[in-house]
Amino acid sequence: MSLLKVENLKVHFPVRTGLLQRVTDHIFAVDGISFEIAQGSCVGLVGESGSGKSTTGKAIIGLNPTTAGSIHYESTNLSGLNTSDFLPFRKKIQMVFQDPFNSLNPRMRVEALIGEPLEIHFPEMSRSARRARVSELLTQVGLSPDSIDRYPHAFSGGQRQRIGIARALAVKPEFLILDEPVSALDVSVQAQIINLLADLKEEFNLTYLFISHDLAVVEHFCDYTLVMNEGKVVEQGETEKVLNQPRDAYTRRLIDAVPSL
Amino acid sequence: MSNKPLLNVKDLHISFGQVNSISHAVQGISFKIEKGETVAVVGESGSGKSVTAMALTRLLPESAHCKITGCIQLEEQDTLALEADALREIRGGKIAYIFQEPSTSLNPVYTIGFQIKEALDLHRPEVTDQQAEAERLLDAVGIKDPRQTLNDYPHQLSGGMQQRAMIAMALACQPKLLVADEPTTALDVTIQAQIIELLKKLKSEQEMSIMLITHNFGIVTGFADRVIVMFRGNIVESGPTDEVLKNPQHPYTQALIDCIPKLGKKQDRLTTIDYEKITG
Repeated sequence: MSLLKVENLKVHFPVRTGLLQRVTDHIFAVDGISFEIAQGSCVGLVGESGSGKSTTGKAIIGLNPTTAGSIHYESTNLSGLNTSDFLPFRKKIQMVFQDPFNSLNPRMRVEALIGEPLEIHFPEMSRSARRARVSELLTQVGLSPDSIDRYPHAFSGGQRQRIGIARALAVKPEFLILDEPVSALDVSVQAQIINLLADLKEEFNLTYLFISHDLAVVEHFCDYTLVMNEGKVVEQGETEKVLNQPRDAYTRRLIDAVPSL
Repeated sequence: MSNKPLLNVKDLHISFGQVNSISHAVQGISFKIEKGETVAVVGESGSGKSVTAMALTRLLPESAHCKITGCIQLEEQDTLALEADALREIRGGKIAYIFQEPSTSLNPVYTIGFQIKEALDLHRPEVTDQQAEAERLLDAVGIKDPRQTLNDYPHQLSGGMQQRAMIAMALACQPKLLVADEPTTALDVTIQAQIIELLKKLKSEQEMSIMLITHNFGIVTGFADRVIVMFRGNIVESGPTDEVLKNPQHPYTQALIDCIPKLGKKQDRLTTIDYEKITG
């Protein structure tokens, strides 16, 4: 059985204009997509800016309201849940964002940043236990435990992304949504983070949805690939097949745009 | 035409900070850029590549206690010795910049047209019909409806279109050298390919030199004539692009090429840079 099953998902945003802010139109950000993610797999979601890939990721974790369709996690339909019923799933599903400069609160120390999800999901945990857990997480993502009292500005882009990953891992999730986790990083740092994600997946038996516009990274990292364009999935299948024998013209265009060395 | 290079940088040192905490961002580099040549400066964050580009027109903030020594010869002038007024002529006029993030380099409260005309005002006062010239420039960078776009504000354009508008602004001054500092890093792969194609086309039309700054060897192929590889404030290797890519001499260059995942060549693990091996 699949871990996540998305059926006919639609996310439409109203466009409001005029003095009275009447709804005059809709943006069809995600327009009827279906896919499944098996436990333990890594699924790539590729497409250009505006294709709806990030909106899909956010809809799964409940950051965007869904217009229609269902998102089944194991046997629960997430799209109909209210905030309090959603809470246990927030623990199971975590997200890592693209820009490590904007996604970490600059006024919080590393201990608070990584400890915050623990406070919410494990309120009974003592302060010292939390601090110990944060140290452990820092080691797991390849940072020194000494950095626990520092602020985000003291870290480089790659190190900040490691903090973002540690924060996502804090509550021992089963499923991670990685929204362009390496797009803002140097190629050399990108390789380190991808290797780290691969190791963590193995170690904690995680399932990934990897959102990216870089096909070379997806080919390397993902078993299965979905290609999105204008809110629709235009092609999906095993990564090797999609990239070697693309059936859709849009997929071919994406492949051609990758610079060759 | 003289055989003198357009830009000749000799023994450039750049440092920041005061007595107790000086960081040496650039440690004595020398390079030349010929007329009409495209040179790529490749290196990671912190290698000193952007700082070098900014130093060409002394754009580095004074508040950072920045100290620049050496010689930067642009045609006949030494830009490091110039007064503020003369320097302003060069900024934009002879050396124009496009930066990584178009959304932060454009002024959000002015229209694209206003910003292009502002550049024309400053550097080409002889242009009488600014509206027509601005339209022509937007057309040259591949914007489909130039007249409409002139009235648009930056937020109404996509990232790729904003970068095109930035390039149009840079071209408005007819620079001799265009410094493109990570011009495609914030953009999608498809848009990246379009912008690189555009720069190639413009270069051959306008007879300008381009200094491309990037961390990604991927976009250098087929674009740059020569490559300069920087590592921790020094140039570790330079030469014709094909030669450097095919037969890199320095271990850092090799490592930088190896760590890029290549389509069609799936690896079990991505190669990462072993800095200890490089620095010995």
